Amino acid sequence: MAEQGVNGGRRRFLTATTAVVGGVGAIFVAIPFVQTFQPSAKARSAGAPVTVDISKLEEGQMLRIGADVPQWRGQPIWILKRSPAMLQELDNAEHLERLRDPQSEVVDQQPDYAKNAARSLRPEYAVLVGICTHLGCSPLFEPEVKPQSFDADWKGGFFCPCHGSKFDLAGRVYQGVPAPTNLLVPPYRFDDERHITIGLSAAEGAA
Amino acid sequence: MASVNPGNGKISGIVAGVSNWVTERAPSMGGAYRKHLSEYWAPKNFNIFYFFGSLAMLVLVNQLVTGIWLTMNYKPSAAEAFNSVEYIMRDVEWGWLIRYMHSTGSSAFFIVVYLHMFRALIYGSYQKPRELVWVLGTLIYLVLMAEAFLGYVLPYGQMSYWGAQVITSLFGAIPVVGGALVELIRGDYLISDATLNRFFALHVVALPLVLLLLIALHLAALHEVGSNNPDGVDIKKIKDNNGKPLDGIAFHPYYTVKDIFGAGVFLLLFAFVIFFAPMFGGLFLEYDNFIPANPLVTPEHIKPVWYFTPFYAMLRAIPDKLLGVVVMGAAVMILFAVPWLDRSPVKSYRYRGLLSKLLLALFVVVFIFLGYAGYQPSSQLMTLLAQIATAIYFLFFFTMPFWTRIDSVKPVPARVPEHG
Repeated sequence: MAEQGVNGGRRRFLTATTAVVGGVGAIFVAIPFVQTFQPSAKARSAGAPVTVDISKLEEGQMLRIGADVPQWRGQPIWILKRSPAMLQELDNAEHLERLRDPQSEVVDQQPDYAKNAARSLRPEYAVLVGICTHLGCSPLFEPEVKPQSFDADWKGGFFCPCHGSKFDLAGRVYQGVPAPTNLLVPPYRFDDERHITIGLSAAEGAA
Repeated sequence: MASVNPGNGKISGIVAGVSNWVTERAPSMGGAYRKHLSEYWAPKNFNIFYFFGSLAMLVLVNQLVTGIWLTMNYKPSAAEAFNSVEYIMRDVEWGWLIRYMHSTGSSAFFIVVYLHMFRALIYGSYQKPRELVWVLGTLIYLVLMAEAFLGYVLPYGQMSYWGAQVITSLFGAIPVVGGALVELIRGDYLISDATLNRFFALHVVALPLVLLLLIALHLAALHEVGSNNPDGVDIKKIKDNNGKPLDGIAFHPYYTVKDIFGAGVFLLLFAFVIFFAPMFGGLFLEYDNFIPANPLVTPEHIKPVWYFTPFYAMLRAIPDKLLGVVVMGAAVMILFAVPWLDRSPVKSYRYRGLLSKLLLALFVVVFIFLGYAGYQPSSQLMTLLAQIATAIYFLFFFTMPFWTRIDSVKPVPARVPEHG
């Protein structure tokens, strides 16, 4: 290649600017390819609220949305009616010491109106997304107060068989387990004495 | 470029004619044949561990061919996937054989690759000048794990679904962007049709292409520096007048014939599993995966296929989501560093001291134990043992620069020694 009369600085400048412009172009072209991975409009619109009749729920009994009634956003939702004895245990100081986030301070894990000891609108009803905050398994409901293979001092709650995470009856995570946060409380409201709607928030705190 | 001499017979005359015709137009093809086969000088002392490279190629071909045939009847949609696999198994002529060849092939791939990696570890095949060969090989292992995971989701049984749920959730542990990343991977708020469809695309098109490219680079890098051997002797140091290493023999025909024998033995075992134990007691195909995926019911005990269980045990052993994911990732990533962690002046363990031999044996025991632990239901005792094993796994690598330096070594002979 003939090198005489070549302006080296200009050649380097042109090479560099061409590379930069080409690189910027490549980034812009990559955007639509990455964006196709996002949930589609169809997936985004499939999250309509679900109304559930809770009048037949007995104390200590749990309703599994998805299994018992239509699902919400494809996720298992649990509605547990807690007995007074169960509620008492939730405030036990000894019990609170074993929890990672007893006061529900991680804001993303519940609506504001569920940031209380029972993590619910009405203390007796717990409404939870039944997906472990560790890696997404669905924990088992183990309400009995009795020694278990995974916890000799079990006070009742949820146990994830996948990786051994433990939650109490308010869905609060124990210390020393892989799950980082409490179970998620979905937005919900009481329509009347008999019905809960999942996916819509209570307008003014309580119904 | 010398022409091929026309033989006496008519057929050999035609062969020679075609060969000359190609050589005149693409002279480098004959060069490639000599460089990679007829004049690729491989050490003459290869032992049984040197079968696994060529066997990995054989299994790869098996996976590509059976995979192509499976896509002809498989339907990558959440509504149809499970039934289309059962359709292949029951209604497609010989479909069961193609499917079992593919599913058994994935386990065989990992058996062969783990033995191939173990070979490199005991004979120091990653040491200078073969670091690049090792790094490319580790990349292949990484892509192979992704490929196997994606493939396992496709039958869309319970284990497919919940395995995908757990593995995609791993990315959620990444601070700040984790949640958005999980959504991006799934293409939905949960594992769904969109997820299955993209996993299919990655499994059958994208990753196989990456795998083929990496294998080509792995072999190219190996053929630049030449193969190591069980004694770790550098055969290129002593050559005859023609530049051929005295301890080297031509890959073709010597090792092609040897590898064909190895392939025969392998195929015998492979066929036995396909015909008599395709599920291998739940190890190769899990029982729960014969139940259609149900997003609302988690199986009692989620476990990955056996080749992932050592890393899964580490994930479970760490009682912290982010740290668990980091440890699991680091367990694979640390393999890339092995060529620089090993400071021993000799390659093969045949010339290393007792300390190195004991520690390597301990490492193998710990790795196999982790594989066992990852397969068991979670319990307090198993968690504790897995924590100890995880610690030993990492200590083995972290302390490698020290024990490889202080350990005694025997002098490595200049030529490949005669054994027995």
